[in-house]
Amino acid sequence: MTLTFNPLLATHDESLPSRAWWALLNSFVLARRGVERVVREPSQLLDVTIQPLIFVLLFVYVFGSAIAVPGGGSYHEYLIGGMFGMALVGTAQGTAVGVSTDMATGLTDRFRSLPIARSAVLTGRVVADLLTEVVAIVVLVVTGFAVGWRIHNGLADAFLAFGLCLLIAFAMTWVGACAGTMVKNPEAAAAVGFIFFLPMVFISNTFVPTQGMPHWLQVVANWNPVSAVASACRNLFGNPNPSSDISAWPMQHPELATVAWSIALIAIFAPLAVHLYRRKTLR
Amino acid sequence: MGPSPLACRTTYGTVLSVIVQRTSTPAGLGTIAIEASGLEKSFGKTRALAGLDLAVPAGTILGVLGPNGSGKTTTVRVLTTLLRPDKGTARVAGYDVVTQATQVRRRIGLSGQAAALDESLTGSGNLVMIGQLNRLPRRKAQQRADELLSRFDLADAADRGVKTYSGGMRRRLDLAACLVTSPPVLFLDEPTTGLDPRSRIALWEIIRMLVADGTTVLLTTQYLEEADLLADRIVVIDGGSVIAEGTSDELKTQVGGDRLQVTVVAESDLGVAKSVLAHHAEGEVHVGLDRRCVDASVPAGAAAIPDIAAAMSAAGVVMEDLGMARPSLDDVFLTLTGHSADPVPDPNMTAEPV
Repeated sequence: MTLTFNPLLATHDESLPSRAWWALLNSFVLARRGVERVVREPSQLLDVTIQPLIFVLLFVYVFGSAIAVPGGGSYHEYLIGGMFGMALVGTAQGTAVGVSTDMATGLTDRFRSLPIARSAVLTGRVVADLLTEVVAIVVLVVTGFAVGWRIHNGLADAFLAFGLCLLIAFAMTWVGACAGTMVKNPEAAAAVGFIFFLPMVFISNTFVPTQGMPHWLQVVANWNPVSAVASACRNLFGNPNPSSDISAWPMQHPELATVAWSIALIAIFAPLAVHLYRRKTLR
Repeated sequence: MGPSPLACRTTYGTVLSVIVQRTSTPAGLGTIAIEASGLEKSFGKTRALAGLDLAVPAGTILGVLGPNGSGKTTTVRVLTTLLRPDKGTARVAGYDVVTQATQVRRRIGLSGQAAALDESLTGSGNLVMIGQLNRLPRRKAQQRADELLSRFDLADAADRGVKTYSGGMRRRLDLAACLVTSPPVLFLDEPTTGLDPRSRIALWEIIRMLVADGTTVLLTTQYLEEADLLADRIVVIDGGSVIAEGTSDELKTQVGGDRLQVTVVAESDLGVAKSVLAHHAEGEVHVGLDRRCVDASVPAGAAAIPDIAAAMSAAGVVMEDLGMARPSLDDVFLTLTGHSADPVPDPNMTAEPV
C-alpha cells in the first residue's frame, strides 16, 4: 500500500493565505465534531431545549397569573421575548463546560500537539455552540406558538430578531470560552454558569418588567445585554414591551444596543479567550 | 515490507505493516531523533526541570524513569511543544521545539497520561477527526481510521461511543490516534498506567513493533519493569534532571552486581538474620518492605551460600529462602535517589510478565 499518510511533511514554510485557509478548514472539522457530538448524544441539548421549555411553562402558568404587564398586553407574549434573551446565556454556559471538559480530559493537549492553528480549537467550539442557539430558537418558536405567542410585525422583522439573537449568542460563547479556560474543571465551569449567568438572566426584563425593581437594580437591569435582546425581540415581534417607556439608552434603542453589546463582547472576549487558552496551555 | 525481527504472534502481529508507511524517511539510523540540553522549567517556586539533558538515537526506545513529580511529564510537554522551557534547547526530528514548533508537530505523536479522546464520538469518529486535522481528505482519513481500528482490534467497536470503551480499548485508540500520520517520533507519557496486565502486555507489543520499523519512542513510566522490558536505554530522572543513564544492565551493575537475599519465615528472626548477613556482606544490608527478607552485596557471591546457611541455622534463624538475586531497577532507584521509585505500589505490577 502506498498511500500518502502525512501530507504535512510535503509542505514546509507556508504562505499566510495557505495558513488561513487551513485554519478555516480545521475550525470547520472541529465545529463538525461539536455537531456530531450532539447528533450522537442529543441529551447534550437539554440546556437549550427542555430547560427553556420548562421555564416557559412555569412562568406562563405559575407566575404569569400574578404578573401584570405595565401598559397592558399578554404576559405570554411578553415572556417569549425574554426567553430568547435567556437562551443565549445557556449557550455560553455550554461553551464554558465544553472548553473546560476538553482541557480536563487532555483532548486540548492532543489538539495542541497537532500542526493546526491555535485559534481553530476555540473557533470550532464557538461555531458548534452557535448552532445549538439555532436549535434553541426553533424550540422557542414552537413552544411560544403553543402557549399563544404570536409574531405581529411580519417575518422580516422576526428574522431580524433571530439574527440579533444569534449575533449576541456568538458574542456570549466567547465569554463562555473565557470562563471555560479560567476554571479548573467542568464542575467549576457549571458553577460559574450558575453564579454568573443565572443572576444575569434574572436581573433583566426577561421575566418581569424592571419598573418594579429598586432604583439601583433597575440601572443594572436596563443596561444588561439580556434586557437589550429581550426588548429588541419584543419590539421586532410586535409583543408588549413596557421597557420602551424607560429612558435608559439601551431600552430606547434595544436593537442597536444588542449590536453594540455584541461587538464590545466579541472585541474583548474573543482575543482574551485565545490569549487565556494559549497561556493556560503553555503555562 | 519485510518481516520484522520482533514480529509477534499476536493479533497485533500485522500492525506494523500498516502503521508505518511514511512519505518521507525519518532521520536514518545513527542520527539523534530527540535531543534536549540544559532544559529548565519552573512553575512558580517549584523547579520542575533543572537542567535536563537527553539524546535518543533514531529508531530506539528511551525509557524515562522517575517517581511522581520528578519532571517526566514536564519533559514530555516541553518536547512536544506544549510547554516552553525557561532555559535550554531541544530538537525533535531535527527541528527546534520552540522556534520550529509547527515542523515538530508534523512529525510527532503524543499519547498523554489520560486517553485524550472525545468521549461522545465513536472510535472511528475520533480517528477521522484527527486525520482531517492532519489534512487528510475525508475519504482517506476514513480509510486510515478503518485500517488502524482493525489493526488495533477495535473494528467491532469502531461505531460505538468511546464512553463505552474499557480502559485498554481507550489506550489502544489513543495510541492509534497518534499514529494516524505515522509520525517518526512518538512520545508516550505513562502509556500503561491504570491498565490491567493483559492490556499492558498488548500495548508493549505494539510499541515494540513500532520501534522495529524505525519509529523513535520516548516512553515515561513509573514502572521499573516496563522500562526494563521495553527500553533500549533508560534515563533515571529525579528533581528535574537526569541522575543516571544506561541500559538496564548497566544501571544494575552500577548498584553493585549480584546480591544475596535471605527470606525468613518469621518477622521476629529478621534482626538476627540481618546481623548474620552483615557479617558476610560488603556495604549496607537492605531490609525488604515486607520485613521478611534482607539482602546485601556479598563479595564471595554464590560461594558464600553454604557458610551463610550454616551461620543462619547456628543463630536459630528459620529461613524460607536463600539465594542470589540480580538487583532490580527498584534497587537502582533506591541507591541513586535514596528513595523508592514508586511510592504507591501498583497491585497490577506484581503480576508476572509473560
